Amino acid sequence: MQFDVDINNQLVTAKRGETIKNVLDRIGIHVPTLCYLPGFSPTGGCRMCVVEVDGISELVPSCSHPVTEWMKIKTHSPRVLKARKVLVELLLASHPEDCLYCERSGLCGLQDLAGEMNIRERKYHGKRQNLQIDKACQSIVRDPAKCILCGRCIRVCDEVIGVSAIDMIGRGSETRIGTTHNKGLNAQTCIRCGQCIMVCPTGALTEKSNIQAVLNALNNPELFPVIQFSPTVPASIGEDFNIRASKDILNLLRAALKKIGFRQVFDTSMAADFTIMEEAADFIERLGKHEKLPMITSCCPSWVSYLETFNPKLLPNLSTPASPQQIMGRLIKNYISTSAGQKAENVFVVSVMPCTAKKQEAFLDRMKDETTMNVDAVITTRELVRIIRLLGVDFSSLEPEPIDPHYSMRSSSGNLFGISGGHLEGLLRTIHFMMTGQEMSMLKINDLRGLKNRKEARVRIGKTTFKVAAISGIPNVKALIDDIEAQREEFSIIEVMACSNGCINGGGQKLNSDEKNLKARMKALYDVDDEEMIKVAHKNPVVVDLYDKFLAKPGSERNRELLHIQRKTPDTL
Amino acid sequence: MTKEQLENILSKYPENKKDGLLPILQEIQHFQGHLTDELLTMVGKYLNIPLNKVYGVATFYDQFRFHPQGVYHIRICRGTACHLAGSSTFLEELEKQLKVKAGGTSKDRKFSLEIVNCMGACDSSPVVQLNESFYSNVTPAGLDRLIRTLKEKTE
Repeated sequence: MQFDVDINNQLVTAKRGETIKNVLDRIGIHVPTLCYLPGFSPTGGCRMCVVEVDGISELVPSCSHPVTEWMKIKTHSPRVLKARKVLVELLLASHPEDCLYCERSGLCGLQDLAGEMNIRERKYHGKRQNLQIDKACQSIVRDPAKCILCGRCIRVCDEVIGVSAIDMIGRGSETRIGTTHNKGLNAQTCIRCGQCIMVCPTGALTEKSNIQAVLNALNNPELFPVIQFSPTVPASIGEDFNIRASKDILNLLRAALKKIGFRQVFDTSMAADFTIMEEAADFIERLGKHEKLPMITSCCPSWVSYLETFNPKLLPNLSTPASPQQIMGRLIKNYISTSAGQKAENVFVVSVMPCTAKKQEAFLDRMKDETTMNVDAVITTRELVRIIRLLGVDFSSLEPEPIDPHYSMRSSSGNLFGISGGHLEGLLRTIHFMMTGQEMSMLKINDLRGLKNRKEARVRIGKTTFKVAAISGIPNVKALIDDIEAQREEFSIIEVMACSNGCINGGGQKLNSDEKNLKARMKALYDVDDEEMIKVAHKNPVVVDLYDKFLAKPGSERNRELLHIQRKTPDTL
Repeated sequence: MTKEQLENILSKYPENKKDGLLPILQEIQHFQGHLTDELLTMVGKYLNIPLNKVYGVATFYDQFRFHPQGVYHIRICRGTACHLAGSSTFLEELEKQLKVKAGGTSKDRKFSLEIVNCMGACDSSPVVQLNESFYSNVTPAGLDRLIRTLKEKTE
């Protein structure tokens, strides 16, 4: 039902069921928000979006208040503006005064609001809070002193990720966002996806920075620093350097990394091709033995730690190859750099990922001696941007660096790992080839494309039709697992990514990204698949060459040791 | 509290239903005087609520404790009426004399002290509760006697 409302003396059409903010957004009136998250249940907690409504004595939060017929609303009256200003001043009362040193400076919602409200001095002096910074986790650092209790991180953790690693603890002025008995994220169900960082308006949640470790390695003459980057990095890093969005800037990025001082530059997409080869062999073996099906992909470290904590009985269904990041690290240390005359202990492998959980993954997956890492330092896309800026590399004057035909060839299959559904698409292409000896007639599987959290497809390979699914967001996987257990659905392969829509929306991506950014990154990845000459993993010349010279055939004992992970079922509470 | 004892409590409430959380926590607290992580984890599993959520709820309410109670558990009312009747000095006195902080338990586990916001007996303020007995219209001299008796009993 439609009706009219009066907003700032203008008649506007509204629908029943909308909130006031929905209407304001539609007609382009901006009200500031801190706790509001589009697509999530509103909480009306921060009160920043308050508006004045005729006939209601107190100000109402527009994000959660439903619009009703003949409402007279004022969005920027003196009373409203004053209330908002006082609210920001109160939030600042006990906020640390260290904006200059804060990692979030310039990208902080609270800082922006203080500027918008023209707050130029500290009006209220709150109690100084001596709260401990939680930095035991390899991926995420929590500084409760900077927290404004907007609760966005809690909602993402509950509603998108579904692990509830943090919650409001305590009551009244003593309320903090925290963990049980303040034991820290490490002792919790946290799967380190970093989505909480992406929604935090302040510097309360940040990634554990490895910038200094990388700089030290670059300046250490005894080390041989090399770098690998995830397929989403060339698809998204252009956003930070004013290069046209939705364009893959692989060769420019390679040039920048060489200029910074990395001796060899690898593309993790290539390692993804190895993952595909091994995973395809893994699947065919399962199929032959009729066991451990459906096979579930394992290259998302957040998803793997979710299973380990919450549903260990499904661990046998996880595919066994290591993730592309770890395969790249293992290959570099065991073969590539060593055959270029370097000792494995001198090679320092840096990896750039759109992900915070990869930091944890690299920390856990070590070589046989338990001390040497396969990947020495993982940085997020954000951290790489900082390093590039710090070292003064100017993208606009760079000459694109040609692909190194020996060690950085990629197939577009490996490159598709950056988006939910892409991994599965690439994997199916190689499974088809391995099972039938022929390429798929249509490489592109449209059912597995686009921004959707549950995508299903039926794929015909030889005489059999396989049903496959690509899922992102843990609650969606839970629903799928329930369907399978109740035998409503049957799948052969399930691809899972913890972050909604996959790595293009990962916890290490650019802060304050929006849907436009997601679409641009998705387009960049799909465009590579259209333009690249090599579209399947098994035709990547480096893959063919390495299987020939160094590795045994996919799925063999030797490769299991080098490229797979032996999973132990952990004890859980 | 043993696992069987907890299961006895849990079995009174339906599985996977969040509504049971508060009454279950109250029963556990009544049974053993405080809550522990292990118990919260088991309650969470039974009701299908993540541990952090259970902990968040438990810390929201003043009634739940995470330390064992002392032999003598003293609750002092700090509501408005009791405050006007001087309960803040009573609290200071109790903390000093019994060597226990509000919300805590003394090192010898003999005394624990809890602040409550109202006992619903404002007409007899100030009110102090010792284990199951209530003391109303407490005077400074009365409190002093109470403390002395307590000390004698525990020596």
